[in-house]
Amino acid sequence: MKIEGKRALWKDYQKAIADDHYFYVRSCVRQTFFPGAEKAFIEIMKNRLGKDLYEEPIHTTCTGIAYHSDIVPLETTMTVVARQFALMTETGYENLAVSCVTSFGVYSEVLETWHHFPETEEKTREMLWKATRREFKKPANVAHASDIIYKFRDQIAAQAVYPLINRETGKPLRVVEHIGCHYAKMFPHKGVGGAEYPYVLVGMIESWGGEVVDYPERRHCCGFGFRQYLIQANRGYTFSNTKKKFDSMAPYKPDMIITNCPGCPLFLDRGQYAIAELEGITYGENGYGIPVLTFEEVAGLVLGYDPWDLGLQFHQVAVEPLLDKMGIPYDPAMKYAGPGGKFIGSPELPETLKC
Amino acid sequence: MQVRAESSSEALNCRKHLNADILLMHTRKHIVVIGGGVAGMESAIHLCDMGYEVTLVEKQDQLGGHVLKWDFLFPDHRPAYEITNELCPSVEEKANIKLQTEVKNIVKQNGHFEVALSDGEILTADALLVATGFDLFDAHKKEEYGYGIYDNVITAAELEERFQNKIPIRTAAGKKPARVGFVHCVGSRDEKVGNEYCSKVCCVTAVKQAMRVKESLPGCEVFCFYMDLRMFGRYFEDLYREAQEKWGVQFIRGRLSEAAEDIDHRIIVKVEDTLAGRPLRMAVDLLVLLTGFVPSEGTKRMAAMLNLPLGNDRFIKPSDEHLRRNLTPVPGVFVTGASSGPRSISESISDARAAALEIAAWFNHQTQHAVK
Repeated sequence: MKIEGKRALWKDYQKAIADDHYFYVRSCVRQTFFPGAEKAFIEIMKNRLGKDLYEEPIHTTCTGIAYHSDIVPLETTMTVVARQFALMTETGYENLAVSCVTSFGVYSEVLETWHHFPETEEKTREMLWKATRREFKKPANVAHASDIIYKFRDQIAAQAVYPLINRETGKPLRVVEHIGCHYAKMFPHKGVGGAEYPYVLVGMIESWGGEVVDYPERRHCCGFGFRQYLIQANRGYTFSNTKKKFDSMAPYKPDMIITNCPGCPLFLDRGQYAIAELEGITYGENGYGIPVLTFEEVAGLVLGYDPWDLGLQFHQVAVEPLLDKMGIPYDPAMKYAGPGGKFIGSPELPETLKC
Repeated sequence: MQVRAESSSEALNCRKHLNADILLMHTRKHIVVIGGGVAGMESAIHLCDMGYEVTLVEKQDQLGGHVLKWDFLFPDHRPAYEITNELCPSVEEKANIKLQTEVKNIVKQNGHFEVALSDGEILTADALLVATGFDLFDAHKKEEYGYGIYDNVITAAELEERFQNKIPIRTAAGKKPARVGFVHCVGSRDEKVGNEYCSKVCCVTAVKQAMRVKESLPGCEVFCFYMDLRMFGRYFEDLYREAQEKWGVQFIRGRLSEAAEDIDHRIIVKVEDTLAGRPLRMAVDLLVLLTGFVPSEGTKRMAAMLNLPLGNDRFIKPSDEHLRRNLTPVPGVFVTGASSGPRSISESISDARAAALEIAAWFNHQTQHAVK
């Protein structure tokens, strides 16, 4: 592998990322699966980086899951997206910060459609006006939340308490980066580093002291694939895809996986449980799995936030082996503590996957 | 044979032709040929043989162009140097050669071209022949194949260089490859990279090289991944059959979707085998990319400088694809070889001769017009 070859390619895929005053739009599913991720992003942006970030309470889904499942037509999606833009316009913001990779893809696709087919924009404006009496300006800048953390990665590194280094050996942690399909595969120039060798997470890993693992199935889908998982009969495809990725990365013995998509950490994390139950295979050390974290959770760990405040107890794969490697202190008794430190019960443990 | 009596008009025509020939001989026309590859050299030789003064301008330090980098040629495996060994001395003897020289500017005035060269000299030409040819597609642009990133992904030109320099075929780590894959149509017939045309010679080049790999490494498995096999030339089909029957080269119909490197630095390729109707994933030790033709930088520069029209493939568009393939809409400017589209060496040679005749016909027509 010639890293200089990748670096040459990355130069061709740089994008403008606004440096302040963001209008934040959330993911539909992340708050359910890994609620600490978006919370950590807002916390880091406001309190560690000193940025202005606004979240409008009445913003909605972008319709991404429904759109990619053929449940809503493109015209509906465009009108809903137009409403998000109208809320942004009304609150005086022009830089859209998108939590979800699929939403980022939807916003990019709608803006590209309007650019190439202006009549669709006109029709959308008309439909939005009829439905809501709202008008909108198109955003000056659209960035995925991982773009923004990438932009400020060195500022985070400067405040790092626990870099991505194995405290015992002093060596960089070996990190797999997994990019959501809708981040750059549709519009390579809208992603940092392009579609084939995205740099957005690699930049964070390098800046925070880790070593990037490249492996043959790096580009492969996590297994979600919308139609694969949302249609129950197709779920076998989901886990066979997930297994393909883990079989491919296993020889490299990664310490962790970082993702930038709502679905990917879910399927790479819960998928390890499913594969362990179905096949009796585990991919981490000593019967554990390979911890799968979102980029915000990793940034939070690097900055010294408490792992349980980051919501890492919501992960199926135990994160404790990773915390031990990074030298991060944690209180096992507080893993399942609710408000006020009250124990709220622990989940049933799986038989094969050690947790 | 009965000799027919000349009518007065025929006699007049005859005298005009005679006058034209005399005029031609006494005012020796000067042609600047831009590009010293096979087409440029062959045209220059024929123009010199017809009595014209020719200056051949070549930006490199030697004549020959792409052929210099090839070891042997399809379909008969003859050494490539035989071509340059025949053309170079002949053109050097007959034409004025300007090496390491580029055309910086061209101005047309009073029916002549003032050609400013990079060495400061200004040539006055009666006609120009653009023979600036092609470049190979930059394989880096086909990002998913990992050229320049994965250690064991090379181009066909690089493999040919190894053949030429007698360098054993080895992986980047110096091991004998057990499996070699050839990928056809890299940068050709590919909307994604903006090249929708066929580069013509890549298919047969892959077959030729695959056979040489099998010959050098008998135990090595060799696979060609293709969309169509375009064996358009004489004996090409024979070569394709020989590759399968004698050498055991395996042809898989399917375009590669991606290549990746595994922990042992082998290249994992993903391809849909469209004959078997199933996806295929396999590891090869060396992956060879058959990069296609793109207009050379020189061709693009000449086209812009001379305001020559381009086809949708961005090669120079001749005045008529059937009848005037060497003529351009700019009077006195001609085109030959791969400047006007992908061509094999033998096609370039034929085209170069046609260009020489086209130029001569144009001069004759001009002279006749002047006599009238």
